Amino acid sequence: MTAIAENFGLDIAERDALKRRLRAVERGRRLRALALVLPLFLFILVSFVIPIGELLRNAVFDPSIRANMPQTVTALAAWDGKDLPDEAAFAALAADLAAANKAKTIALIGKRLNYELSGIRSKILVSGRKAAQLTQGPYKEAMIGIDKIWGERETWAVLKRAGATYTSFYVLDALDLGLDADGALTPTPAERAIYVTVFMRTLNISLTVTVATLLLGFPLAYLLATLPTRTSNLLMILVLLPFWTSLLVRTTAWFVLLQDNGTINDMLQALHLTSEPLPLIFSRFGTVVAMTHIQLPFTLLPIYSVMKTISPSYVRAGRSLGAGPFYAFWRIYFPLTVPGIAAGCLLTFILSLGYYITPALVGGPTDQMVSGIIERAMNSENNWGKASALGGILLFATLILYFIYNRLVGIDKIRLG
Amino acid sequence: MAQDDYVQFVGVQKTYDGETLVVKNLDLNIRAGEFLTLLGPSGSGKTTTLMMLAGFEVPTHGRIFLDGKPIDHVPPHKRNIGMVFQNYALFPHMTVEENLAFPLNVRKIGKAEIETRIKRALGMVQLSNLGKRRPGQLSGGQQQRVALARALVFEPKLVLMDEPLGALDKQLREQMQLEIKHIHRNLGVTVVYVTHDQSEALTMSDRVAVFNDGVIQQLAKPDDLYERPQNSFVAQFIGENNRLRGKVVAMNGTGCQVEIDGGGRVEALPVKIEGVGAATTLSLRPERVRLNPASGHCSNVFEARVEELIYLGDFTRVRATVCGSSEFIIKVPNAEGAPDLVPGSSISVGWKKEDCRALDAAQ
Amino acid sequence: MKTLPWLCAALLAGVSATAISVPKQASAEDTLTVISWGGAYQESQRKAFMEPYAKETGAKINEGEYNGEIAKIRAMVESKSVTWDVVDVDTQTALAACAEGTLETIDWAKLGLDRSKFIGGDIADCAVPNILYSTVIAYDTTKLKPGPTKITDLFDMQKFPGKRALQKSPFVNLEWALIADGVPMADIYKVLNTPEGVDRAFKKLDTIKKDVVWWESGAQPPQLLADGQVAIASDWNGRFFDAVKKDKKPFQIVWDGQAPDYDWWAMPKGTPNLDAAYKFIAWSSQPGPMAEQTKYISYGPANKDAGPNISAEVLKDLPTAPDNMKNVLYVDPQFWADNGDQLRERFNAWLSK
Repeated sequence: MTAIAENFGLDIAERDALKRRLRAVERGRRLRALALVLPLFLFILVSFVIPIGELLRNAVFDPSIRANMPQTVTALAAWDGKDLPDEAAFAALAADLAAANKAKTIALIGKRLNYELSGIRSKILVSGRKAAQLTQGPYKEAMIGIDKIWGERETWAVLKRAGATYTSFYVLDALDLGLDADGALTPTPAERAIYVTVFMRTLNISLTVTVATLLLGFPLAYLLATLPTRTSNLLMILVLLPFWTSLLVRTTAWFVLLQDNGTINDMLQALHLTSEPLPLIFSRFGTVVAMTHIQLPFTLLPIYSVMKTISPSYVRAGRSLGAGPFYAFWRIYFPLTVPGIAAGCLLTFILSLGYYITPALVGGPTDQMVSGIIERAMNSENNWGKASALGGILLFATLILYFIYNRLVGIDKIRLG
Repeated sequence: MAQDDYVQFVGVQKTYDGETLVVKNLDLNIRAGEFLTLLGPSGSGKTTTLMMLAGFEVPTHGRIFLDGKPIDHVPPHKRNIGMVFQNYALFPHMTVEENLAFPLNVRKIGKAEIETRIKRALGMVQLSNLGKRRPGQLSGGQQQRVALARALVFEPKLVLMDEPLGALDKQLREQMQLEIKHIHRNLGVTVVYVTHDQSEALTMSDRVAVFNDGVIQQLAKPDDLYERPQNSFVAQFIGENNRLRGKVVAMNGTGCQVEIDGGGRVEALPVKIEGVGAATTLSLRPERVRLNPASGHCSNVFEARVEELIYLGDFTRVRATVCGSSEFIIKVPNAEGAPDLVPGSSISVGWKKEDCRALDAAQ
Repeated sequence: MKTLPWLCAALLAGVSATAISVPKQASAEDTLTVISWGGAYQESQRKAFMEPYAKETGAKINEGEYNGEIAKIRAMVESKSVTWDVVDVDTQTALAACAEGTLETIDWAKLGLDRSKFIGGDIADCAVPNILYSTVIAYDTTKLKPGPTKITDLFDMQKFPGKRALQKSPFVNLEWALIADGVPMADIYKVLNTPEGVDRAFKKLDTIKKDVVWWESGAQPPQLLADGQVAIASDWNGRFFDAVKKDKKPFQIVWDGQAPDYDWWAMPKGTPNLDAAYKFIAWSSQPGPMAEQTKYISYGPANKDAGPNISAEVLKDLPTAPDNMKNVLYVDPQFWADNGDQLRERFNAWLSK
């Protein structure tokens, strides 16, 4: 035997053989593990990763102009944007509009440009019909004759920008920004600027609801965790009740309670606490109350399940070491519940960002949240670019908050139970 | 009340449900500097007694005095009692040093003084280099020492320990028993210790209170408890014990005669019997039984049939049938000249009257 | 808890996911999927069209409901998995979807119907008008005495105090504001087509803004009226009619300034049951079935020939009754197709202030 073999017990060839056998055994196990994970992986890919990717792409990808006005896009490539484009560009415009009019795709052009130049839609439809009758140049005069919008530099600037495959329009618009004829960033006119306000409002409402559920949920979770099982089960049913009632029933209940001549206002007036009904419904108050009602279990349950695992001997130890009830609670019990608080609050905050039906039903005009606008852009306005841009920004803002949160609390500290 | 009684329970009762008493009429005096163990099976009331002393449970009836003052209305954090919990209850979100600093911070002790005391306490439990760790990074034995140091670092006069060694393995437990004993001796604190492990109680304590059914069955020094159990529960609970059931047939000045149910008449020491005709259980330690006793040496001599031999190194446990009881155990030291025993063979066994205690007829 | 960020993103993705996932169903020649808006409206269609048609022809009709999400039609057509054969759409959807090429162009010859016989028949090329409904205001007669009689009364807080329930949309509300500000009915869209006109409309809306409860679902206004939460409410006339007829509510509709609009039958482009869909639409658009529908809901039939078949008792509650047609706001669909996006943005921004 060599010295090496003595040192390691096996010579090199034997060790390699051993490693091979180990790998063979482990490969089988790895494959089995992979097979178990695969369905979930595929599910997440199909139902989650791909739609999110599609969502983010839709926010910046809009080929409607490039696809339907190919000649104009090519002709404008060389345009410096300083003056009106040359005759060739007008000729291309006339040809493209005529072709789109024939192919019935002209409405898509009109719809896309109408986002940036309000009212241009019908002018484009008319231009298309008339351009189809043009047979010879000069096209510049002819097109401007059809509609004076073609004599404006801004129309062409918008057309050139929209002709790019990737556009910043939707994202900028969702941030109350736009580009002027020279391509400079300008804020959306104040009377139409709304999205930044709505984003801030969405964060504000979500934060308020999160804090409200925490303030209500923490003492309740403590009670549930310390009561005997039978009593706590009964209380738990009450907490979970909102899960088992339909949105319609809940909304009706809030109406009965909160409206101007509802139970609460009647009571306040009967007690002469107020002389006029308080705006409890169709207000921020109503929105927060309704959302807090639904979100309470989401905040409470992780806190409760963490509290369940905290042995009473910790606080007792604190007391025996000389800490008063409040000090022992604050320095010992509370820090131990932080993982549950972190999980519950994060869950509620993120879920709250997505609310739109409840604010629409019980909120006032200044309580509309961003998801409501996304829903309308998606379903009613058929403006998927806007919906995607707003969704993408909300996602991005959430990730940033999540990152900050991770820095402050530490995601590894979060526990659901 | 004697001068050196540091803790006093006077007629203390405790019930949780209003129907059954967990602690029934407890009178207990604990001396200053004493190591007193509350020993008993689970549900016997020993932990409840400890918790009432700590202030986490309120007596339903009766009073508790600490250093001569009633403490019924003193909340736990003002009692100045150190406590070691069953699972240590170290604060997981604090380092070892922070755990130790906790009782000192509460008492508003100066920073420099805190550091000195922590250093001293960690030195005492030999963990000087682990102060920056968190409890989760320590072994069970190390956590135990930290818990001990924390209970002592604010220099309480009384320390309560609730089965502190229950989670440790046997070897570590025995080592810790000695360490706790040493610390107790060096610091001179009063210790009230709860355990269900009788050998732990015998090893560590100055006195042991044996609990059963909410009542102290016997309060005595370890050797008294073992050698002179006052009732059949204590005899059975502490150490190994041969039980022979019978009826008292005669009493004389220092002894009594008992007719064993399984046959035979035994001379015994009357300890807790109600007189001639009463049922009784005789208690006899296995090591007090002699094989082939010299004539006249033992007042009780019987034929025994060897049923089973269990070799245990330093001695052999012999199970035999004596007076109709087939569970009769004899401990035979493996010394030179030990008799050669074979299962099935008959031998002669004997014991002295004083070693055979006639106690109450327990179930 | 590494799944939390996923969770939040999933919520955002949910919006697009629901639009993309459309169940695929096989359908034979004689089965037909008809989608409408549910509620009392679809009930009336079921009794007047679906059930008698199925009985007469032996066709099997699957019914479905939606909330007017144009995105569903678009997703279906783009993914070439059209499962809806006939869809009841509103005017804006009929025009927008047609322009984007997601609806079949109507071949009136194939339908066998005279396009000129249909009110509003020339507005859209991809849809057949089926009913005429109207956006109107109404009030509770037990609470407002005397009640409003003109659309301008909606803005008269002195004479008719109390809150108003209006649709959370600039649609119709801007027009009403201009009427109340003194613009003649004929000039409404001329004025609204200028920036100053839009400013003027919003300025008029400002005068009642703090007293308005904005509704999003047509089921809300009758409830708000009944609860006394508002004094005057706008809604589609059928909703108020239903509350009066079924729930015996003391509501009175104010027909002055009513804004009639149409609902349409349309066919998503590429439906595999095109012929069957044509047959169903043709059958349902006959004067007989259309008159029959008015028994169940107070919407006017689009087929002018249906008129004589309607009893006077039913007729007086229809938007098309001569007494109700004295001062009508004819909504300009072209104007809204051109300016809807920006006006909605501005309206939402205005609401937020």
